[in-house]
Amino acid sequence: MDVLYFAWVRERIGLPKERIETEAATVSDLVAELSAREDRYAAAFADLSALRVALDQELSDFDASLVGVREVAFFPPMTGG
Amino acid sequence: MRIAVQEEEFDLGAEANTFAAGDDANGAIVTFTGVVRDLASGELDVMEIEHYPGMTERALTKIAEEAQSRWSLGDVLVIHRHGRLAPGDRIMMVATAARHRKDAFEAAEYLMDYLKSRAPFWKKEITNSGAEWVAAKDEDEDALKRW
Repeated sequence: MDVLYFAWVRERIGLPKERIETEAATVSDLVAELSAREDRYAAAFADLSALRVALDQELSDFDASLVGVREVAFFPPMTGG
Repeated sequence: MRIAVQEEEFDLGAEANTFAAGDDANGAIVTFTGVVRDLASGELDVMEIEHYPGMTERALTKIAEEAQSRWSLGDVLVIHRHGRLAPGDRIMMVATAARHRKDAFEAAEYLMDYLKSRAPFWKKEITNSGAEWVAAKDEDEDALKRW
């Protein structure tokens, strides 16, 4: 699946998008998998209350299933308007 | 309904005129324009606005459709810019048209409240001393509860 990062999450991880092969069942599982990979991921995902997640471009939550999902995006709370 | 996500500036007068000329049944047109505000220190050089192409258009469309289902509206317009903006630049506008002003005002407020915290935009303030992401405010999240 494609994993996208925006704003300071993108800066902390150091890239806007990557393709990941994963068996993770939920968003939380994916976060744990990424965090275990490298410090920069662990730093970005340190406080999940400061993050939001979208699955296939719809806001979702960290308990959500990844079955059938093609695009996951992590970002801070939005500041539009 | 028109939703536009764009880097280039928009002409507020032309957009408002075109929108207002839509339909004689609309007795009320409300427009709101958001402008890049300088910091209290007067030091803001650039406001950089990042967004999530694809999701942004979907989220704005969903918010506008929800407004149309809640209020009796003739039309809705949302324009939101991204990229590098300077203090005084216009960031975005919404316009609502309705038979009566209450629907137009309330729907415009609803659109703004949801645009603030449910449309995937992120603002970064760049000054001489560095760059900082604008943090979302609790009051913006709280504002959604009244709807």
